[in-house]
Amino acid sequence: MAEPILTARGLTKRYGRVTALDNCDFDLYPGEILAVIGDNGAGKSTLIKALCGAVTPDEGEITLEGKTVNFANPMQARDAGIETVYQNLALSPALSIADNMFMGREIRKPGIMGSVFRMLDRAAMEKVARDKLTELGLMTIQNIGQAVETLSGGQRQGVAVARAAAFGSKVVIMDEPTAALGVKESRRVLELILDVKKRGLPIILISHNMPHVFEVADRVHIHRLGKRLCVIDPKKHTMSDAVAYMTGAKVPEEVMA
Amino acid sequence: MSQPQEFEKVLSGSASSVAHFEEGRSPLQRLQHFLHSNPAMVPLIVLVVLVVFFGIAKGEKFFSAYTLTLIMQQVAVVGILAAAQTLVVLTAGIDLAIGVIMVFAFVIMGNAVLHYGMPAPIAIVMGFAMAGFWGWVNGFLVSKLKLPPFIVTLGTWNVVMAICLIYSANETLREADLTAITGWLHFYGLNFKVGKAVVTLGVVAMILLYVALWYMLNNTAFGRHIYAVGDDMDAAELSGIRTSRVLIGTYALAGLIAGLAAWVSIGRNGSISPSTVVTDYNLQAITATVIGGISLFGGRGSILGVLFGTLIVGVMSMGLNMMNADPQWKVLLTGVLIIGAVAVDQWIRKVSG
Ligand SMILES: Nc1ncnc2c1ncn2[C@@H]1O[C@H](COP(=O)(O)OP(=O)(O)OP(=O)(O)O)[C@@H](O)[C@H]1O
Ligand SMILES: [Mg+2]
Repeated sequence: MAEPILTARGLTKRYGRVTALDNCDFDLYPGEILAVIGDNGAGKSTLIKALCGAVTPDEGEITLEGKTVNFANPMQARDAGIETVYQNLALSPALSIADNMFMGREIRKPGIMGSVFRMLDRAAMEKVARDKLTELGLMTIQNIGQAVETLSGGQRQGVAVARAAAFGSKVVIMDEPTAALGVKESRRVLELILDVKKRGLPIILISHNMPHVFEVADRVHIHRLGKRLCVIDPKKHTMSDAVAYMTGAKVPEEVMA
Repeated sequence: MSQPQEFEKVLSGSASSVAHFEEGRSPLQRLQHFLHSNPAMVPLIVLVVLVVFFGIAKGEKFFSAYTLTLIMQQVAVVGILAAAQTLVVLTAGIDLAIGVIMVFAFVIMGNAVLHYGMPAPIAIVMGFAMAGFWGWVNGFLVSKLKLPPFIVTLGTWNVVMAICLIYSANETLREADLTAITGWLHFYGLNFKVGKAVVTLGVVAMILLYVALWYMLNNTAFGRHIYAVGDDMDAAELSGIRTSRVLIGTYALAGLIAGLAAWVSIGRNGSISPSTVVTDYNLQAITATVIGGISLFGGRGSILGVLFGTLIVGVMSMGLNMMNADPQWKVLLTGVLIIGAVAVDQWIRKVSG
């Protein structure tokens, strides 16, 4: 197998007495969809937050393309090409859809208006935002200048997913991207994940939805009590195996790399 | 391609056109949505109502170019401070020190000219630097030490007030002594006439400041980040905004604007009196900000509303004064407007769907 693109070794993160990550390892290979599953509170969100700079681990090492990285904030991870959909979405409710999609990477007007007067290119940003949402099939959004707080829960999730898919250049991480979505919208997100994979980008997908996980994932990372219990091949294991492992009902015998 | 599960197969036949809905909203809901996207409308409506009311009550006397421009002159200093306050409140903060920072800045400008014999431009730069420095201190304490803005600025309010009084020995600098040396300090007191209207450069400065800040808040990345930080700090941080930079920048900019208010204030008052440090400029600025429709929870409101909020207070003072009303009526009505404005803000924030 090729070299992993993103790895973590011995990650530990404690919140007071709670150990959210306990000497956790992680590997993501180029071009794959890696699902991360585990019980509530297993530490999945903390793991991906450590990978994308939102949380600084107490111990452990993270490498991206073989080089050690120490992201001090999410901006640095984003600049390095890691784009994330957070479980709580990380959108600014009072700002518009376009504002949110381009938050922190705004497009400026060409020429002197942009360079001297720092004027934002609203039209360009709104066009990209509209295109990305249409790609996702979120056509029920009627007005791209609408405040995010006036959208439904699923529409908001769509905005966050569209933002990550549009800007990721090395790794896209999605923490429960379909949790609030309807049947049709979930299907779109799964298709989008496969599209992103086709572009050659690897994806980390955290989900509690076993059929979705087994449908799209190349490998499944099972997280239990703050660390990686095992990684299984979804073609060789059943959903009930996976559920048994992650809840501790069964101990895995064979462990894939 | 992904294999749809059995129950999803019917999706291929689903509707694909943009959704259209009948307007099923009541007029009240429509008003709520309208105000949600146009937060400066409430103060504008109140302002127009007040102007019409006093116009009818006092006629020509109130409705003259002279009176209306006099109101502008009277509100210029507080208006500039309110603009600074607005930036801070948009980040879900509050700046109780903004007024004393202004007073300290003009005391420094005056002393530098009169007692240290500095050229006026350098004295003015020193005043701005001191004002910007104290703003920066506030921003640093709020963003890096994560202290609540109310507490931080309550502290610096007292600290700066005390330093200002100790430093100046509470000595008033007379206008004649200052103007004998330089005209620069009183630059913003200069005026020009258009018909009967008297426009001071201080009023021009206030209006240009509002236009510039409106542009910054709506058309630059820094402006959008100020809104994002006030709206949801964690979300802003996760979206990649360096929130502590934005906070420090905002408080420091508010300090610099207080420096401008200091300069304009010298032009308006003539003399420089450190004892004005006890005036409640900070509360006047907060009042204009709140009446102007800026949400104290941060992230919402338009700075143009604050210009209207400032004028509302000015028009009320002038109008009630002309009607020979007890000045306490102005105080009472201001209180009612503050509570009304916050109630309207709460209602607008409940908008959804
Ligand atoms: N900021 C925090 N402060 C204190 N404890 C935290 C914090 N964030 C996470 N934890 C704790 O760390 C543990 C792991 O949480 P995490 O959010 O990573 O779980 P998760 O696997 O994503 O769960 P879920 O499936 O419910 O999203 C939990 O016990 C949680 O209480
Ligand atoms: Mg989680």
